[in-house]
Amino acid sequence: MEGVGVTIAFWVLAALTLIAAGGVMVSRNLLHAVLFLIVTFIGIAGFFVLLSAAFLAMAQIIIYVGAIAVLILFAILLTPRAGRGNSETKFALPATLLAISLAAVFLFVIHDTDWEVVQEDPSLAANQLGEALVGTWVVPFEIASVLLTAALVGAIMLVRTPEEEAEDALA
Amino acid sequence: MSVDIEHFLTVGALLFAVGLMVALSKRNAIGVLMGVELMLNAVNLTLISFSRFSVSERPITGHTFVVFVLTVAAAEAAVALALAVSVYRNRDTIDVDQINLLKS
Amino acid sequence: MRVQFLATDNWYDLRDLSNLSSAILDGLDKIAPQGVVYVAAALIGFVAAFLIFVLPSQLFVGVLGERKLIGRIQSRYGPNRVGPYGVLQPIADALKLLTKESLTPVAADRLVMYMAPVLFVMPAVLMWAVIPFGPNMIFADIPVALVYFLAISSLPVLASFMAGWSHNNKYSLFGAMRIVAMAISYEIPLVLSLLGVVVLTETLSLQEMVFWQDRFDIWLFAVQPLAMIIYFIAVSAELNRTPTDIAEAESEIVAGYLTEYSGMKWGLFYGMDIGYALGAAAFGVTVFFGGWTLFGLEEWVPAWMIFVVKVWAFYFLFIWTRGTLPRLRIDQLMSFAWKYMLPLALFNLLIICTERILWTDAFDGDKPFIYLFAIANIIFAGLLILGWARLLGYRPERTQTRPRMVQEAGGYVPVAPARGEGR
Repeated sequence: MEGVGVTIAFWVLAALTLIAAGGVMVSRNLLHAVLFLIVTFIGIAGFFVLLSAAFLAMAQIIIYVGAIAVLILFAILLTPRAGRGNSETKFALPATLLAISLAAVFLFVIHDTDWEVVQEDPSLAANQLGEALVGTWVVPFEIASVLLTAALVGAIMLVRTPEEEAEDALA
Repeated sequence: MSVDIEHFLTVGALLFAVGLMVALSKRNAIGVLMGVELMLNAVNLTLISFSRFSVSERPITGHTFVVFVLTVAAAEAAVALALAVSVYRNRDTIDVDQINLLKS
Repeated sequence: MRVQFLATDNWYDLRDLSNLSSAILDGLDKIAPQGVVYVAAALIGFVAAFLIFVLPSQLFVGVLGERKLIGRIQSRYGPNRVGPYGVLQPIADALKLLTKESLTPVAADRLVMYMAPVLFVMPAVLMWAVIPFGPNMIFADIPVALVYFLAISSLPVLASFMAGWSHNNKYSLFGAMRIVAMAISYEIPLVLSLLGVVVLTETLSLQEMVFWQDRFDIWLFAVQPLAMIIYFIAVSAELNRTPTDIAEAESEIVAGYLTEYSGMKWGLFYGMDIGYALGAAAFGVTVFFGGWTLFGLEEWVPAWMIFVVKVWAFYFLFIWTRGTLPRLRIDQLMSFAWKYMLPLALFNLLIICTERILWTDAFDGDKPFIYLFAIANIIFAGLLILGWARLLGYRPERTQTRPRMVQEAGGYVPVAPARGEGR
């Protein structure tokens, strides 16, 4: 993709996303880590806009920033006496080494492969996504709705207190 | 001064590596979940960049995959956080170093 | 389409202000290096949409007009001391807030406390990027403008939560949790009601929705009254306006998530509260009330003038409900959202999808049938609202005609009994 604006946008978004992801890793306070995670989500949404997936960018903000981040914040609030520190386990060093080696393998593969690319924009509109979801991909779509229902019911059942369970028990 | 598929894939790979680092090394269960969400976001970015750049007769398929990944990530975050809260109520901690036995 | 005539390119034709701005930008393009014209376009858009329209509207319609109207609803004058008829009151407020000391508690999280007002202002400004003020007067005519608005409206929730949490104060945390719970509950009916609109107009772009309403000579409010009512209630819950302003209920939890804010930080929250309400009003006007069109009047009256008047009229609805209705409790609010608004929004979606299929297949998308659907939808809206309420157990006959405590406590009973004994 050519253009000064595109290049500036890409580098700014890449810096923002990666620095925020690093912030999730190194910040000492759990809530600061969540805020850095939100910045990462917004950076990824910016990437989606750059890659002509505007609808998915907005869906990413609505779902990740508007719902999942809020869910994480609620879980942090509902666990008040757990530590608010963002410290590491004793596997921190092997994990870091593993991640660095994995990144090295990925980067080598990415830059070594001869990618066969199209340069013009397929310019996919939101209605094509809708048609694909209820046309070709309708079975995964329905299974995803069943999955969401199962997750909803499961999450509610997991956090019931014994008093609430006793109310609804089949006596 | 152009931006190619390799740039986007590099960002995705680095983000995945950071997410893996966070998921494997955090002591708080919610920290682990944050690492998993970072990895899922990296996968989304990779899928969309392939959808934009690859030669294919149906480039919308990448977008549909991203929709499913978003859905599954939301469902998994909900259940994982419900589990964390439930474990907290029983053990009064969500430190993964201390929740390593079924019976404490 | 009726607005074809507005293609006069004279820069002084103020019926379409984009003539003026494109003349400026063309002139700038000739004398400036490449790329500066984009920055200039962004600045012109920002100045025009936000600084010229939104800020004065916030100050004079939002602060002054709202307080005077609420005062009149409550049988008192609003602010009338500062200038003639209180006109300088917003300026006095702004000066006071600017010169007041911004206190920060010792145990609070300083960085997050500074960032929260900034994050609260940012979506309020970003929202005005996709609102069409006229046929060519839109800052960014993106094809997913409606979903953009939904994404923007989920950001202030986070800023409010950050504000509430960063004070390190129990009451602020209560306020933050209540506001987040309420906001995410009301986001779902909001999205579903707007989805009904999208099904009918086949587009997510706001300018296309205005053109659709112009083409079929009907406002989407008439075609989908239930969607408009759900949108109004859901968006006033998202904006924390009374009757749903449990977040900053002054009588209950001090000031909720605004407890420790003073000075301009509080001023930013308060001002952007009004700014968001204006943005939601502008969005509601564009989607449901025809935007900048008025059945052909936009040939003589400038389109942006029509739009501005409509936004102020919609904002008057917000002020009206705020002055009239009492505050609801959090459990009343949550049960209202999940048990009443969500099923109604789903029924609305079902009806709209059925009508859309009928309209396309059986009637070939002809114009007169949309009026039939409008009448049918108004009847359905009334039936659904009353029927679902009755299904949930609300019986209007059960409201008390006499205060119960007086009877039961053995107190004063009036001499002439009212009709029936307190049924």
